[in-house]
Amino acid sequence: MAQPHSPAIRRYARRLTLFMGSFMVLMLAMGWLFRHAPPPAPWNIALAILPALPVLGVVWTVMRLLVEEQDEFWRMLFVRQALIATGFCLGVTTIWDFLQNFDVLPAGHHGFGAAFFWFMGLGVGAIWNGFELRRMEQNAAADEAS
Amino acid sequence: MNNRLRVLRAEKGWSQQDLADRLEVSRQSVNAIETGKYDPSLPLAFRLADVFGLPIESIFLRD
Repeated sequence: MAQPHSPAIRRYARRLTLFMGSFMVLMLAMGWLFRHAPPPAPWNIALAILPALPVLGVVWTVMRLLVEEQDEFWRMLFVRQALIATGFCLGVTTIWDFLQNFDVLPAGHHGFGAAFFWFMGLGVGAIWNGFELRRMEQNAAADEAS
Repeated sequence: MNNRLRVLRAEKGWSQQDLADRLEVSRQSVNAIETGKYDPSLPLAFRLADVFGLPIESIFLRD
């Protein structure tokens, strides 16, 4: 979204880069480790959880943005984006669950956890906000011209 | 909620960005309030009133 670069947005971008980078590194490292030298219990539990931590970090990053953004209109847009993401995630996972319950789809999520769909939902929310902002700008331009 | 923001801003000869700078908010916020897409919080409404030197009820009108 074309938001002015507030300090909160800059912190959000830095945190997001850090957590997404960590996720990629940990995902590749754990994938390699579990394929070539599967760790024994209980280390396998701790190591399997490691790539999930940066994902939780991304969720925390989004929540911090809602707290730290000082521009209340933009904060409202970010809250709406998060709500759209939550609705999208719940919708997809609920439908997926029922398709599995009635054996239409095989069991398991094949690596696509709830967080994946929540992040997809953030994208949907960003597109929605973008349309809304564009429409507001067009209305304002039409008002100025009239 | 209806408001007279656009008229008041025009009387001062301010652009949306000028008003946004005075309020310390984004230009999009001013645009959203002016077009009635967003109702400001009470603290921001008071800041608007201060900027224009008017009571809140002279800026915001009941539907």
